[in-house]
Amino acid sequence: MSTQTNRLAARLMVAPSVILLFIWMIVPLAMTLYFSFRLYRLLTPERTGWVGFNNYIWFLNSPDFWLAIWNTLALVGGVLIITVVLGTLIALLIDQPVKGQGVLRILVIAPFFVMPPVAASIWENLFMHPQNGLFAAIARGFGAQPILFLEQYPMPSVIGIVAWEWLPFATLILLTALQSLSSEQLEAAEMDGAGSFSRFRHIILPHLTRAITAVILIQTIFLLGIFGEIYTTTQGGPGSASTTLPYMIFKQAIVAKDIGRAAAGGIIAVILANIVAVFLMRGLGKNLDA
Amino acid sequence: MARAQSPRRRLLMTLAAWSVALLIFFPVLWMVITSFKTEASAVASPPEFLSADWTLENYAEVWARSDYPRFFWNSVVISIGSTLLGLAVAIPAAWAMAFVPAKRTKDLLMWMLSTKMMPAVAVMIPLYLVFQRTGLFDTKIGLVLALMLMNLPIIVWMLYTYFREIPGEILEAARMDGAGLWNEILHVLTPMAIPGIASTMLLNVILAWNEAFWTITLTTTKAAPLSAFIASFSAPQGLFYAKLSAASAMAIAPILILGWFSQKQLVRGLTFGAVK
Repeated sequence: MSTQTNRLAARLMVAPSVILLFIWMIVPLAMTLYFSFRLYRLLTPERTGWVGFNNYIWFLNSPDFWLAIWNTLALVGGVLIITVVLGTLIALLIDQPVKGQGVLRILVIAPFFVMPPVAASIWENLFMHPQNGLFAAIARGFGAQPILFLEQYPMPSVIGIVAWEWLPFATLILLTALQSLSSEQLEAAEMDGAGSFSRFRHIILPHLTRAITAVILIQTIFLLGIFGEIYTTTQGGPGSASTTLPYMIFKQAIVAKDIGRAAAGGIIAVILANIVAVFLMRGLGKNLDA
Repeated sequence: MARAQSPRRRLLMTLAAWSVALLIFFPVLWMVITSFKTEASAVASPPEFLSADWTLENYAEVWARSDYPRFFWNSVVISIGSTLLGLAVAIPAAWAMAFVPAKRTKDLLMWMLSTKMMPAVAVMIPLYLVFQRTGLFDTKIGLVLALMLMNLPIIVWMLYTYFREIPGEILEAARMDGAGLWNEILHVLTPMAIPGIASTMLLNVILAWNEAFWTITLTTTKAAPLSAFIASFSAPQGLFYAKLSAASAMAIAPILILGWFSQKQLVRGLTFGAVK
């Protein structure tokens, strides 16, 4: 078989994936773009027409917009920091010669298999609920007032829940990376009198760079679209205190029933996601190359 | 990097590691405990552990009140169906990318991954309309298609990283023996690629099983999987903690058990080959 036909065959084999993904991306995107320049409200379906950039102007001038951007960044950034830092510490701990490592792994990975609506409702009802939650019971045990987690600290609470869901992922990947580190190198450093912090700083951390890169890249992809956890717990409230960009779009579409404005928000979100994607791929893509 | 340590330090580390692991696992454990309590016992203050009234009533009632088997079956069909369909489309693509790389292969892979960054909410209304018009709304085949496309970039990526580790010489040898392209794939590549395909399949079944946004947006009753089942249970305040917990346990148990059995295979696949 000649190389020529081989190349052609290869193209044909890649084509279905590319074509399907392209359609899956372009059809909804084109429709969203079309709606974003239209007057399209489900409550007054008879009034339609082109409105130019009005939907965009409304969305960008909405007082919720910058808050939503900030909340989205806080959610992604907060969860990344918590999972990478705690994940590293826990991975270092489990990597020690402890008894029952297999069972430990099983316990630690469990939250990853819990579907988001279940994770959110466990935390909301069984733990954070101001009357019946376990945290409230603990607070009462100490004679303190129960903390109104979702009312007073909605964003930190949501970040906490999402971080719990993603901590196993970060921990396991970092643990896998740690286990490929040679112990001779560490022992040599120890002989040379390197303390445990300096061993961590100069040997362990550089070794983990690739793993941390992978964790950041993969988690960001999933975290940018976080929706279910907010929908189940705070519904973006109180007020707009925990409204992220995806949630703000959802509110425009489902609560306000203004498809035009929601579509404009969608296009803005796609543009922002692409900016983040370009940065991530540039910075991290190289790192992932074998 | 296991190293020799004093027994005392070892004991301390074991204790610390177990405490942390139990703390992370505790919410799941507490949910399971609560699911076996009576409703009154579930909200008792201070919380009851050993003194609680234990019962299986919650599971019986959730089972009687909702059509659990149908939701379960829908979840199975959707998650396995979308994964198998995804593999069918992705295996040839990943094979070609790994063994006949073109100049733009890397860019193509990055582009595929970047489609996953598009917020689902942003394209919710168009997809809803498309699904309504084409009759795919609230059908299992519709969800199979949607989840297959949603996870396709991940499937291609994972397979690509596995396939790339298969030495090219073996394929060349097969080619010398006159094996055609399909023979090459079927008899040489596939047996070597089975571990990679298996862990790709596992991870995607789990991702599809836990997907909640599209499954809830694109279904009402007929095709609704367990994520929709649990959403219907989480409304009432306070009074139904034990039943909510039982329903939650029933929704996550199948995938939790599958995940526990396969966690070793999962971890490597999850990193797209970045961590060995």
